[in-house]
Amino acid sequence: MLATARTFTLDGLAARPVRVEVDVHRGLPGFAIVGLPDAAVREARERVRAALVNCGFEFPLQRIVVNLAPASLRKAGPGMDLAIAAALLSASGQLEWEALSRVALAGELALDGSTRPIHGALAIAEAAREGGAEAIVVPAENGPEAALVTGIDVIPLDGLGRLSDLVAGAWEPSRPEALPLALDAAPGGPDLADLRGQPHLRHALEVAAAGGHSLLMIGPPGAGKSLAASRLPSILPPLAAVEALEVARIASACGRLNGALAGGRPFRSPHHTISPAGLVGGGSPPRPGEATLAHRGVLFLDELCEFRRDALEALRAPLEAGEVSISRASSRRTLPCRFMLVAAANPCPCGRGEADPDCGCAPVAVQRYQGRLSGALADRIDILAAVRQPSAADIGGAAGEPSADVRGRVAIARERQERRLGPGRCNAEMTPAEARECALSSEAAALLAELYARQRLSGRAHDRALRLAQTIADLAGSAAIGAEQMAQALQLRRRDRG
Amino acid sequence: MAEVRACPDCLRRSWLLALLGPYIEKVATGAIGSRSPELLRLSNEDLVAVAAPKVAGQLLGRIEALDEKYLAAELTAAQCWACCRHGDLYPGGLRDAADAPWALIGRGDSRLLDGLEPFGAVTIVGARRATSYGREVARELGRELAAAGMVVVSGLAFGVDACAHRGAIDSGRTIAVLGCGPDTAYPAAHRSLWRQVCEKGAVVSEFPPGAAPWRWSFPARNRIMAALAGMTVVVEAATRSGSLITADLAADLGRDLGAVPGPITSRASAAPNNLLAGGACVVRDAQDVLDAMLGAGVKRIEHGGSALDPELAAVLGAIESGESTCDGVAATLGLSGPDAAAALARLELLGYLACSNMGLYSRTLVPAPAGMGI
Repeated sequence: MLATARTFTLDGLAARPVRVEVDVHRGLPGFAIVGLPDAAVREARERVRAALVNCGFEFPLQRIVVNLAPASLRKAGPGMDLAIAAALLSASGQLEWEALSRVALAGELALDGSTRPIHGALAIAEAAREGGAEAIVVPAENGPEAALVTGIDVIPLDGLGRLSDLVAGAWEPSRPEALPLALDAAPGGPDLADLRGQPHLRHALEVAAAGGHSLLMIGPPGAGKSLAASRLPSILPPLAAVEALEVARIASACGRLNGALAGGRPFRSPHHTISPAGLVGGGSPPRPGEATLAHRGVLFLDELCEFRRDALEALRAPLEAGEVSISRASSRRTLPCRFMLVAAANPCPCGRGEADPDCGCAPVAVQRYQGRLSGALADRIDILAAVRQPSAADIGGAAGEPSADVRGRVAIARERQERRLGPGRCNAEMTPAEARECALSSEAAALLAELYARQRLSGRAHDRALRLAQTIADLAGSAAIGAEQMAQALQLRRRDRG
Repeated sequence: MAEVRACPDCLRRSWLLALLGPYIEKVATGAIGSRSPELLRLSNEDLVAVAAPKVAGQLLGRIEALDEKYLAAELTAAQCWACCRHGDLYPGGLRDAADAPWALIGRGDSRLLDGLEPFGAVTIVGARRATSYGREVARELGRELAAAGMVVVSGLAFGVDACAHRGAIDSGRTIAVLGCGPDTAYPAAHRSLWRQVCEKGAVVSEFPPGAAPWRWSFPARNRIMAALAGMTVVVEAATRSGSLITADLAADLGRDLGAVPGPITSRASAAPNNLLAGGACVVRDAQDVLDAMLGAGVKRIEHGGSALDPELAAVLGAIESGESTCDGVAATLGLSGPDAAAALARLELLGYLACSNMGLYSRTLVPAPAGMGI
């Protein structure tokens, strides 16, 4: 007999529909899976066989062929176990489930027949809805995240044994509670109040957050660079509901949603030995990288000069476009990655800085080290903050302004930008044409013109100064950029002169 | 542009030195080739006999075989020009030195050498491993001296040399003296600087085009640098620095010797501080150099600039007292971060401060307007 069931395979962040066809007929007993299965799918044979037997079903001693269609698509992961088991039960006549063709199933099976959580349940539930399925059967642990998708019934299944109850109508599953998507970071997380003293660094962080400007901090180890960077998400405006869903979808596809979502904007801090594929995504099948995991949040590159050059080069185009394209012979995937770039570096290889008499770095080594700063990502960085070792008075002093207050100002500045530039956009994304339309007071224009003439700025540096000044003016709530705001912007801007 | 104003005998000497490179390297041992200026006093025959006795005849034969046409063609191919001690383009300062090079081969603007007398040139030397203070001072000295009409002479090396050249290129004329052929950028990292000096100044050397640098050739080029200029200024150097060779050679020639004072705790300023203790001229700015070379008050460098308002003056004071970051200034003066940032940006625009690409501020040599009271 023949039976079919619907399931999905995860491809990047998207779920692709797969039809499971199971044929059971007389012949030498055997169990074959065809249709480009990867190793995990092929091993479903053993899991399904054991799960059926241990749940009291009979494993048919006949010839079983499972075909996964479309045959051209590579199927990956253990999420097809449940659909194969259900179709097998139906084909062997042990389960009379006329609704099987109208529901979608996804889940991994344990040998005792219980279900195990899978990656990407959120994307799968969405794809099931798009595909017109009435309901989706998922492992109980994935229930809350699948329930985020409205317009489709979610059936949380804890074991294969419950399937017959479901079909017989003996069990009326209730829709699980949807996973709460925290738009804001949980209270008690890292707070900007921990940054004591260092008023300029705080200002740089605030401007970076307000305008979405990328930030480079340079200073000796222990000066508070990492501390400052990890506080940045807490002063960014709360996620919009749509954005939170995007973040959750990425977390789900990477299997990070099971359990609790931390809430708020993601903060990713990859180690500097990361490969290009690890940073922007890649591999076969392509998996999202750190840049995608940092979507709508902060990507922090500590020790920027130690990163592999090819990894940083790979980050350039995604940074500009807000998405990563991974092309493979079979297909091309686009993964979102709109993040804020924050980087930190030491002033020289030993970290002390050449002003320190103990710095033993050879000039050529320092030059090569700093050369890495000016190559790679430098032209994508707007703000440069020199961080100094906090003094004893700073460390012992009063706690700084808490994140909530700063976030209030940042949110107001972002609103002004959206009103001017359109929804979801910020000053850092202004095109050169838009940047040159910024309203400038005459003193501010004079300051900029003087700098332009004196230091032979490039056009790009000129626009960068304008964008920064506009953000500072938005923070101050002034209609035109004043001289003081322009001066602050000129101080914050990254220097491109050697 | 390629113009050969040197006699073939003097040019052959240059080619001989290039051939002798590895031999002299072996003989001129000791403190990094310090004997090389001594060796270079010798005549061709004696030099070859000392450096390469086994192949002396062979080398001299090869040199004799170089005819005038070949030499000229080599120079033209490398876009070089040449002058020699018997010609008119030869800088006057070199005639004072007993061990002066027979010929100078150059690239760039040959008019820089035309009538160049010691009182028209200043040599700036110093550590390759200079601090940001040393680099900034070298740059400013280079800029101001070149603006005052001086030719700034240096050696194209890392650190102080490069900064002096860069400063001078901004406002005037500069000569780079190399320890290899003038068509070779050494160190290679300074290729673009070498090109700029070729375009806006001149690169000279006693070695023929294509000659490789040897350890001994750097003390040798130092004697040219010392002799070309009326004053040698040491910006920053450790106690055993090659810059001191230049300083000693300059003193031996009776040239003025200047040194830029630095912190007494800084190893990088140890040598200039020692020179000052030994009676060298104190160089705090370009005016000190002009006064020492030409007589006090003969030539004045004018600085415009109106008085600073009190807040800017206070921020400038904080940088002068050793702060280098915006946070440091804010903490010292009790300013808010944005106010300190704005003040620093204004001071940078006015030219009183320089900001490194690491974001650290340092004081430039531009004197603060009078009546600031810091």
